[in-house]
Amino acid sequence: MHLRHILRALGRHRIAAGLLVLEIAFSCAVVCNALFLIGTRLERMQRPSGVDETHLVEVGVRSVTPGTPEAVMAQTRTDLARLRALPGVSDAVVASPIPFGDSVSFSGVSLSDDAKAPSMPVAQYFGGVQLARTLGLKLASGRWFTPDEFVSYDALQGGASGVPVIISRALAQHLFPGQDAAGRTIYAFGANRVVGVVDRLVQPRDYGAAGDYRYAMMFPVDLPYSRGTYLMRVDDPARRQAVIGQALQALKADGPLRLISPRYATTLEAARAKYYVNDRAMAWLLVGVSLLLLLVTALGIVGLSSFWVGQRRRQIGIRRAIGASRRDIRTYFQAENFLIATGGIVLGMALAYGINLVLMRHYELGRLPGYYLPLGAIVLWTLGQLAVLGPALRAAAVPPVVATRST
Amino acid sequence: MFQYYLDLALRSLKRNKALTALMVFAVALGIGASMTTLTVFHVLSGDPIPGASGTLFYPQLDPQDMDGYQPGKEPPAQVTWIDGMNLLRAHRGVRQALMTGGAVPVQPAQSDLDPFFSDARYTTADFFAMFQAPFLYGHGWNAADDDAKARVAVITRKLNDKLFGGKDSTGQTLRIKDTAFRVIGVLGDWRPNPHFYDLNTGGYRGVEDAFLPLTTFRDLRLDRNGSMDCWGRGGGDEDHLETATCVWLQFWVQLDDASQAAAYKQFLVNYSREQHDLGRFQRPPNVRLRSLMQWLDYNKVVPSDVRLQVYLAFGFLLVCLVNTVGLMLAKFMRRAGELGVRRALGASRRNVFAQLLVESGVIGLAGGLGGLGLALLGLWAVRHQPSDYAELARLDPTMLLTTFLLAVGASLLAGLLPAWRACQVAPALQLKSQ
Repeated sequence: MHLRHILRALGRHRIAAGLLVLEIAFSCAVVCNALFLIGTRLERMQRPSGVDETHLVEVGVRSVTPGTPEAVMAQTRTDLARLRALPGVSDAVVASPIPFGDSVSFSGVSLSDDAKAPSMPVAQYFGGVQLARTLGLKLASGRWFTPDEFVSYDALQGGASGVPVIISRALAQHLFPGQDAAGRTIYAFGANRVVGVVDRLVQPRDYGAAGDYRYAMMFPVDLPYSRGTYLMRVDDPARRQAVIGQALQALKADGPLRLISPRYATTLEAARAKYYVNDRAMAWLLVGVSLLLLLVTALGIVGLSSFWVGQRRRQIGIRRAIGASRRDIRTYFQAENFLIATGGIVLGMALAYGINLVLMRHYELGRLPGYYLPLGAIVLWTLGQLAVLGPALRAAAVPPVVATRST
Repeated sequence: MFQYYLDLALRSLKRNKALTALMVFAVALGIGASMTTLTVFHVLSGDPIPGASGTLFYPQLDPQDMDGYQPGKEPPAQVTWIDGMNLLRAHRGVRQALMTGGAVPVQPAQSDLDPFFSDARYTTADFFAMFQAPFLYGHGWNAADDDAKARVAVITRKLNDKLFGGKDSTGQTLRIKDTAFRVIGVLGDWRPNPHFYDLNTGGYRGVEDAFLPLTTFRDLRLDRNGSMDCWGRGGGDEDHLETATCVWLQFWVQLDDASQAAAYKQFLVNYSREQHDLGRFQRPPNVRLRSLMQWLDYNKVVPSDVRLQVYLAFGFLLVCLVNTVGLMLAKFMRRAGELGVRRALGASRRNVFAQLLVESGVIGLAGGLGGLGLALLGLWAVRHQPSDYAELARLDPTMLLTTFLLAVGASLLAGLLPAWRACQVAPALQLKSQ
């Protein structure tokens, strides 16, 4: 290829070529970072919760009139019996907090009962007898809670001793690296024996930098409905909406005046979608901006290349007249574009890296993984070749006779 | 002269419609994206109470024990009940209010309305005057009501419409958690942005629908929400919040000038010392007195995604402009012959330069108009997002003007280099080559 000739010809259009290089570089830098941001958002949205989300519905109920703790607890038991009797519902439980819910609570966990021992905040769940079954958690080692291990919320807060705990595998590995955590003791509400480890259980929602998202623990607590949310496991996912309606009816028909609003009744899938709605919107926005950016860049290449073709019609004619084939002309423009794109990509990589460094400083963002750079390069090379194809073909179509005309 | 240049510019732009459309399209896209994100940013980083925000301050104290003490660390973002009440009663500011948020079950008198939860703000008497909350009917409560744990409520127009059909409801009864409250005031339209007085319950949500005295909230054990940080042996047990070693209340004070603010800061230091001597505080005095805007800034209230979108949009605008510069350069250079003729006929470099700048200005203006349309479309899309600031995304006159200045400024800037290059053309050479 006549690389030297191409470079010399480009030297005559230094500024225009430089601008095109700059444009490609900026596009490359922004697109690389946008792709990376989209990737991190998607990754975040796809984090599994460990909970069998497709079969779960939640219904939150609050009493308008204050009742005695005993009355509320008795009502909770009646409610649970009614909910479990609904067609299609296999389990029901009161839990707090619930995955993707509004609240999250932490307890300091340490490996010694010394008050000065280092502790870390760990997200906690409380729930009744059928909690694990309702959530569809998978046991990695140890066992589930036995029915006699469940305590009341006040007893747990008031320092009941020997309440067992089930922890997530990530937390188990963090606290007892390389060992089986089942049978060990952690200190959160007094001394808590780890009876089981579940494959995966995560924080109900992200909360700043408080601990790892995959660190969570569960305590066997019989909650009154006033302190939690009814969670129901529905065998057939298609029946979830129907179950929500029936549950609202059942709760309305019985007990004291209560707030039973459809606003607090939803499927866990819907709760997840709502939780990630901003991430989804941001990802789509980034996709949109990236596409538009590439479009503008492509149009810029088309525009500038067309001008160059128009400007060099005479030269093209001369080259054709002295023996260059159509293919030679076409490849000339394609090679020229390839050179410009390469220049832009090299500069763009450096820029992309710089932007990433700035973003890392201001956002919780990792380093741009190396594979985004070749990805960006391929995108822009392809884009450049596609954009230049039209003008290059038009150049190739210039007849040799042009050489003989005076202008 | 300008008119002649304008005529020339329009002729030239018409001659090459596709290219003109391409340049206008690129400028419009860049401007549209920038203006959409900038407008959202402008709305979110605005002043919630223009005119009065300079006199509102948010004091912070450090009542924690020595666990995890590091000199110079920021004090907690909220206050304890004891400190809040002490500061309130000390009355050192022009006005002051202590508050927290919650949700209350409202039982409508109408049988066709089910009971529902309303967001509530539990606060003290000065709140309304201090934050310039406009009253549609009635008024707020006074300090005596606070002391008496009075069953009084101020509600928003929205709740008033729902419960009382929009009529003047002062004197009417509002049932909350089986307790009768007397409505004493209805607020007019009020939506300070951000929701500055309590950022824990959502930075851009509207104001709560019911306002009740803080003492009444504790007396009736109504539900609270928001954040609570505890230390030492204490927990956030709902029955002993008054004595708990937890911070969970917001305290605001109005100080009308710098000397008052300085005096108040000194008072906070003295108060910390006094509490330290009493044995309640263990750390050395560590106080802050941020003004409202400083407090918003410190809390980084504008979502980081919104900031990121602004950067992204300006990156986009930059690419669009570089694109336009390239195209204009190619276009102007191609007209070297025509420009050579003009120069040979006596036009000075300045004339030619001005002529080309007018042409790029026309592109900028058209791009700005297109960008405005795109920005309106973009803001419409933002309004249909589920975020709590969605409804705020509207173009105001300032941003409208900014759009045009940005568009014309940017494309003039983009026209500078091509125009300058085109002026450098030696006329004789061009004429010869013709």
